[in-house]
Amino acid sequence: MVIIKSAEEIAIMRKCGKILAAILDKLRTETRPGIKTSQLDIIVAEELEKRGVIPSFKNYRGFPANLCVSVNDEIVHGIPGERILQEGDIVSLDVGAKLNGFHTDAAITIGLGRISKEAEELIAVTEGSLNSGIAQAISGARVDDISSAIQHYVESKGFSVVREYTGHGVGRDLHEEPPIPNFTVGNGRLLRKGMTLAIEPMVNAGGWHTKLAANQWTVLTDDGRLSAHFEHTIAITDNNAEILV
Amino acid sequence: MAKKERIEVEGKVITVLPNTMFRVELANGHQVLAHISGKMRKHYIKILPGDRVLIELSPYDLSRGRVTYRLK
Repeated sequence: MVIIKSAEEIAIMRKCGKILAAILDKLRTETRPGIKTSQLDIIVAEELEKRGVIPSFKNYRGFPANLCVSVNDEIVHGIPGERILQEGDIVSLDVGAKLNGFHTDAAITIGLGRISKEAEELIAVTEGSLNSGIAQAISGARVDDISSAIQHYVESKGFSVVREYTGHGVGRDLHEEPPIPNFTVGNGRLLRKGMTLAIEPMVNAGGWHTKLAANQWTVLTDDGRLSAHFEHTIAITDNNAEILV
Repeated sequence: MAKKERIEVEGKVITVLPNTMFRVELANGHQVLAHISGKMRKHYIKILPGDRVLIELSPYDLSRGRVTYRLK
């Protein structure tokens, strides 16, 4: 069941999105070489509390932290811990917040200091593919229009998209219908005004195959090459999609 | 946070094959060979050509799927 949100519900999510965007901005400046990833978790926990929103990820299906930090070959769901970030790392930061019963979800990938040319291109392509996907998200279009736009953009640049993990609807639950794959499978579901979606391309420099780390959460690239990840929460309107965060 | 689950898509049954297999056409024109889910088999949900159904796909083999729901 795809849940259509009313204008008031979207207004709550917009407010929540503004808060989350501010937290991501703060994270962008705090993430630097030499910092332990668990310190980033503490910063996020403090910021969420200070701004009166509830962390969406903590305890979601047993996830132990407030944000996901995925470094280099980690694709998504990295658990903050003792790892110390190094110059040249690319770091994906994924945070979710809940306000008055509604979730929003967003992620960015940043490079620390001087990064390789490939890493730089990977980040740019991932962000570009997210934008090309969002450009297709108009009331009356179909889920597959978003998926194929992302896939074609990424593959035309010579990278590959992760297939086992998808974007999703977002709202009262962190994961709602419909799933939004980042590659085309012919998902014919119509996009309607009032749907709120989290679109999140995960792009690998090498192949699309993944493996799961020993902690049962962190997803790594199978070939050990770099991976980047961007995510926006959007609302479908009659015209272009509104980016909530 | 990304979601890991089977990919669910909507399609239209075009042929009924032996052994409760179906050929289902997706919105992008791809054809998938789909099996019926055990739960639907148990409850004798009948599927005919022209029915719209939900099918589950695995990202590893997009040519096969499992019919999980018959839409009205």
